[in-house]
Amino acid sequence: MKYSYYPGCSAEATAVAYDVSTRAVCDRLGVELVELPDWNCCGSTSYFSVRELRSFGISARNLAIAQELGDMDLVTTCNSCYTVLAKTNRYMADNAELKADIVEALNRAGRHYDGNVNVRHLVDVLVNDVGYDAVKAKVTKPLAGLKVAPYYGCQLSRPIGTFDDPEFPMTLDRLVETVGATPVDYPCKSKCCGGMMMLTKEEAALRLCFELLKTASDREADVIITACPLCEMNVEAYQPMVNKQYGTHFRIPVMYFTQLLGLALGISAKDLALDKQVVPVDKVLSAVPA
Amino acid sequence: MSQNGSHRKEKIGVYVCHCGSNIAGKVDVPAVVEWAASQPGVVVAREYKYMCSDPGQDLIKNDIKELGITRAVVAACSPTMHEPTFRKAAADAGLNPFLLQMANIREHCSWVTEDPVAATDKAKRILGAQIHRLPFNEPLDSIAVDVNPDVLVVGGGIAGIEAALKLAEAGKHVYMVERNPSIGGHMAMFDKTFPTLDCAACILTPKMSALGKHPNITLMAYSEVTKVDGYVGNFTVRVKKKARYVNTDSCTGCGACQEACVVRKVKSEFDQGLGYRSAIYIPFPQAVPLRATIDPEKCLMLSRGKCKQQSCVEACGPQAIDFGQKDEEIELPVGAIIVATGFELFDCKNESTYGYGRLDNVITSLEFERLSNASGPTGGRIVMKNGEAPKSVAILHCVGSRSENHQEFCSRVCCMYSLKFAHLIKEHLPETEIYELYIDMRANGKGYEEFYKRLMNEGVNFIRGRAAEVTELAITHEEEGKLIVKAEDTLLGVVRRLPVDMVILSAGLSPQHDAKEVSQIFGFGCSASGFYLERHPKLEPVSTVTDGIFICGACQFPKDIPDTVAQAGAAAAGALTLVNNATVKVEPTISYIDPEKCSGCHICVGLCPHAAIRFNEEKGVAEVIEAACKGCGVCVAACGSGVPQQRGYLDAQIFAEIEGALAV
Repeated sequence: MKYSYYPGCSAEATAVAYDVSTRAVCDRLGVELVELPDWNCCGSTSYFSVRELRSFGISARNLAIAQELGDMDLVTTCNSCYTVLAKTNRYMADNAELKADIVEALNRAGRHYDGNVNVRHLVDVLVNDVGYDAVKAKVTKPLAGLKVAPYYGCQLSRPIGTFDDPEFPMTLDRLVETVGATPVDYPCKSKCCGGMMMLTKEEAALRLCFELLKTASDREADVIITACPLCEMNVEAYQPMVNKQYGTHFRIPVMYFTQLLGLALGISAKDLALDKQVVPVDKVLSAVPA
Repeated sequence: MSQNGSHRKEKIGVYVCHCGSNIAGKVDVPAVVEWAASQPGVVVAREYKYMCSDPGQDLIKNDIKELGITRAVVAACSPTMHEPTFRKAAADAGLNPFLLQMANIREHCSWVTEDPVAATDKAKRILGAQIHRLPFNEPLDSIAVDVNPDVLVVGGGIAGIEAALKLAEAGKHVYMVERNPSIGGHMAMFDKTFPTLDCAACILTPKMSALGKHPNITLMAYSEVTKVDGYVGNFTVRVKKKARYVNTDSCTGCGACQEACVVRKVKSEFDQGLGYRSAIYIPFPQAVPLRATIDPEKCLMLSRGKCKQQSCVEACGPQAIDFGQKDEEIELPVGAIIVATGFELFDCKNESTYGYGRLDNVITSLEFERLSNASGPTGGRIVMKNGEAPKSVAILHCVGSRSENHQEFCSRVCCMYSLKFAHLIKEHLPETEIYELYIDMRANGKGYEEFYKRLMNEGVNFIRGRAAEVTELAITHEEEGKLIVKAEDTLLGVVRRLPVDMVILSAGLSPQHDAKEVSQIFGFGCSASGFYLERHPKLEPVSTVTDGIFICGACQFPKDIPDTVAQAGAAAAGALTLVNNATVKVEPTISYIDPEKCSGCHICVGLCPHAAIRFNEEKGVAEVIEAACKGCGVCVAACGSGVPQQRGYLDAQIFAEIEGALAV
């Protein structure tokens, strides 16, 4: 199984651990990732609101590079990158004029894109291409007794994602079961974490994080797993501010699903960059059999 | 191949219809008429605003009589619309109806072509094809076949029951085939009916009982139609009678077996899984036929091959239980068929934001009907899972209906039954707070708007806004332990959170899961919505493209009980109109095989989908059974020597049409 890989900007800053653990897990599961050479920002959600065509242009540049690498699906780990790249494909397919503009822009930069690179999220690849059974077969350290809140984020299963129920996704729940842990019933699993609002309207974003943390706490989750760099940062790093705002005492570990999966596959905490966590993950590590 | 037909001295009349502005608004009709008049063989070309009207038809009749035209072409709408009208007019004036052709310049041209110049050119080509074809047309005579007077009704809900009783009362013998162990359908599960609040059972069960006893009705419950052969007036229907493992002749319906059965915790289909039945069961006390049935998947004897007690056998006085019973296939000859297979409730699990199946006390409308029903699993007490009465209930409209994600259409009955639910809750639990969350209130039947008004005065809270989500995630203290319904109140312009004890999902009506396969058995199709397709949405709402097969009730589209009963009557009248005649005329546009040319290779015999070709061993040739042939043309295309020919679609006629279309 060979894919082109788009790490996304956060992989080089706040989400280094996501990138490191992704590569480690994929290596262990026989998934070959070919990183796009000279990739750039996906365009992200905010830029689209100010310079739409340019956003599509820089997004499509990544897709053009993926096309040059040959006939492979493009894998990304960030929910936002996933949505933006796939959205570029969809808009190009639906709007011939826009497509012509994008193609012209790419041509001037010496590149070309036909609109046919299939964009996939890593969760999709792991559960559908690799498959639960194949993952299970490679689990050497089942995380028995660990209660996990699977937090998908708002953009994994919608508006682009079609591999799971848009409103009540279940793939991560099953993946948690696959590694021997117990998914807790987490009804806010596809709610927003506040996203960029943490910078513009902090109280609104804190409110959303509060709900996510409170529910995980009420359900006695030992850890929240995420599939998105921004979700991870908001829910983990802002816990002190949530506590200050709401008079709570949350200190819940939050980690990437790849890190949890990696532990069960027998990869060391260090190789999964678990030393980079803000909230200590001792409870999780203690669930890993020796 | 040169076949311009000029060697045939035919006098052709051309009649171009404006269809108001439907055709004339796009096609330059005078130009088409002028062009047509100059075509070979055309002796007269006329136009008229509505050719299908009496004065329009008279133009054709007069020309046949006075100008002696021998062929006619009407350029107007689709032949499925008015070909019968004009062919009858031709026949009335003494011209063989098959010497008149339709040129469809409406559906195929003016309605779908943007540019008027292109539309006019296309109209000429469509018309020219028929002008060129006509000299090759031959007079044909309709074939009269005998009609079997018996009728099959498929589906024993209120639609099928009504249609069957009407036909039986008219003196016809009716076979009623129902898939479930009892007739009654969904209506038998309902509590009260809107807007009059009659008890559903009180008005339905007398009809069920009348059907069960009627001397003219043969009831085959727990049976399914597997195959339909034949043609209008002469269908042969294969019916699979599923094994009940109970001898229905000796079973008295006493119910002793279900009391004795050791497997008692099977979720009752009739009670929507809220109550239990045994592995041997009578689905409900008023079942017709009142006979026991063994569920082979739950019965220990049938599923595992052993049951220590076999207490049902012991309990059965008349010794009716027969574990060795097998499915049985029988054949029924009938003249007409009415399909009334009903609907399925939209599967609320597909609307995952509402948490059905995940959250306790989020229930479907059909589950509520059973809860509220005095003969239901709670004896008519409206209670939550913990047995307590809800202090607040939200009723969510349009679940699965009017939805981009699920069903686009409005299911037509949900607004009204939702109002009925509110009334029933108020009746049982006057203190309970009720919220109706609706997109638009659709109360467009007799007495419906009045019922809506009545409910507004009963203190129900109406909130205009589709519910966004049902969640158990409490924010405030008063939300703890409640279901919170989130919705935008579009009249107040605010997002609301309603903490309630119970949520009722007013689910839409979906086609039966196997509607497509069933429609194929009977040879008609399904609409885009998945419901059975009627022949014409306005003028033939209970006919199908298969002559002699009718549809009625919610299998055609969601409808309430009054509309269903009215349609059932219409379907019964349609069937009666057919089977009341000793013979019926069938289209003569069928295939024939020239015995001089047939080599007897058998290819067509096996390919004919209607078993309408038999092999004459004596002569060594294939022969068409005229009454069974449907004129599909498979044999014509399949024969290596081109021997079978289809009347009305001869090679010469088709080639002439092609030449005509290209000649402009």
